Amino acid sequence: MTTTLPAATARTGVVAAPARFRHLLAAEWIKFWSLRSTYWVLGVGALTVVGINANSARSNADRLSEQAAQPPDGLGPDPAFAFDAMHTAFLDPAWQILMIVACSVGAIAVFGEYTSGLVRTTFTAVPDRRGVILAKVAVVGAVTTAVGVVVAGASFGLTQAWLRDHGGVSIADSGALRAVAASALLAPLSALIGMAIGAVVRHAAGSIVGAIVTLLLLPALFQGETYRWVAEIGNAMPLSAWEALTGTHWGPGKYPVSVTEAWVVFGAWALGAALTAVEAVRRRDV
Amino acid sequence: MPGGAPLGDLGPVIEVRELSKRYGTTTAVRALSFTVRPGHVTGFLGPNGAGKTTTLRMLLGLNTPTAGTATIDGRDFGAVDRGLRHVGALLDAQDVHGGRTARAHLSAVAASNGIPRGRVRDVLDEVGLADVAGRRIGGFSLGMKQRLGIAGALLGDPPVLIFDEPLNGLDPEGVQWLRALLRRLAAEGRTVFVSSHQMSEMELCAEQLIVIGRGELIAAESLTEFAARGTRQGVRVRARAAERLARALRAEGAEVLSGEEALTVTGMDAERIGDLALLYEVALAELTPLTASLEQAFMELTADSVDYATTPRTGEETR
Repeated sequence: MTTTLPAATARTGVVAAPARFRHLLAAEWIKFWSLRSTYWVLGVGALTVVGINANSARSNADRLSEQAAQPPDGLGPDPAFAFDAMHTAFLDPAWQILMIVACSVGAIAVFGEYTSGLVRTTFTAVPDRRGVILAKVAVVGAVTTAVGVVVAGASFGLTQAWLRDHGGVSIADSGALRAVAASALLAPLSALIGMAIGAVVRHAAGSIVGAIVTLLLLPALFQGETYRWVAEIGNAMPLSAWEALTGTHWGPGKYPVSVTEAWVVFGAWALGAALTAVEAVRRRDV
Repeated sequence: MPGGAPLGDLGPVIEVRELSKRYGTTTAVRALSFTVRPGHVTGFLGPNGAGKTTTLRMLLGLNTPTAGTATIDGRDFGAVDRGLRHVGALLDAQDVHGGRTARAHLSAVAASNGIPRGRVRDVLDEVGLADVAGRRIGGFSLGMKQRLGIAGALLGDPPVLIFDEPLNGLDPEGVQWLRALLRRLAAEGRTVFVSSHQMSEMELCAEQLIVIGRGELIAAESLTEFAARGTRQGVRVRARAAERLARALRAEGAEVLSGEEALTVTGMDAERIGDLALLYEVALAELTPLTASLEQAFMELTADSVDYATTPRTGEETR
């Protein structure tokens, strides 16, 4: 491919370099961090999630301290309403915010190329579209994984430290590491889904609406247990899988999700999203 | 400029064969064939909506042709791994993300092809944007964005350059600079293909022309040949004894239009008119060959294929 380069090459020192995937990674890395929105969305998003969880732990700690100070009223504690300290690190609304934040970051990384027109510049420089999108998946996936680990670690650490006198657990306790890992991975999973939606929709508002519908509304719609297929569709949603992995599902129900099934749901969505993104970008005119 | 430069045969050729693109029922490009050779600037002309941009996008592998082929150096560009060292292209100056700085944008593009960072500074210098490299592109004027796009096209020092309407938005100094740059790139033996919808833009730098209208080829020839198509060539003649001269010229087979001030003579060159004037003892006040402008030649040729022509208002709005 480099045989046709003219003598001009020697003049400017632009020597032929073989096509390496790490070049594409470097390019996507520069693109990702050279937009201010990246810092804003990730920073505010991470702080919000950790803040909500920490605040819940603090208010629970206060409440429990007051209760402990009062004399028991004769009735024994009902185990069904027993306080679950670990739960405070994995509050549904907080992690739903993380899902939307990560999903937006992924979607922006893709639809931003289309809405700005940059995609034509990108694909003229690198006609290998699959390489470009895979590099994007790798960079966005790595960054959101890092953010997920920090947010999950901080949420767990802060809440359990605050609740150490009220049943706070350690990472070594049963299910704790799994819950932290699942929460950390929720970020890259959501980001991948965002990239797939961005690649298919190619439009800013449409992508964000698509993200909210897919991540939050669909699981809410398929909560019924009258029909098994409805429940199973609901169970196959990333949010339901995350609830199963963190032990925060509202109840086992008639058709519970096992831990293994939940991990399979995570993996299948991640793979499906990556394939969708690659195919959508490869096939269509830009 | 050395026509067809010595390097001509070595450089890559752009080859378009029976290329067609349909969008639903509209045909944007219809069985288009042409060849662009290295060593000179080739202008790609046509009115708005003629299919220039669609053709260039297919050439660059961005759009898939409905039929036919478009190759650069014998290859389908969409199948190439990395493009910058083969083809430098500027399709639309707006094809950038306004949130990035000029430097960050070029750094990312360069990195994708493994081009060292130092080259980013070089091309920014070359297009005159070094001082604003740290500013966000969103605040750039169209002319600055054109320069940025040209910088991006030059990053890989490619043997083929493709520009879509690069003169849009440039100030007069910028236009001169770009014309000189295009000529220089061609003189170095590169293949330079530049689209425009204005003949006057091409007149001063293109040697070869590809003219299309409504997606079909109208002409593919040198600028000189194209100019010769001008149909309104003639000679303007002023003389006190104009009527006598007109009779004499008509008698010799020329067509003469008598205007208020001067005669317009067609079908006879200025030299012959001067000889006849001497023969018939008519003193001439003026003898000026009129060449139809390239602009006129272009307008005449594409008149049938203009999609969005303005029509005189006839009571009813045409839209």
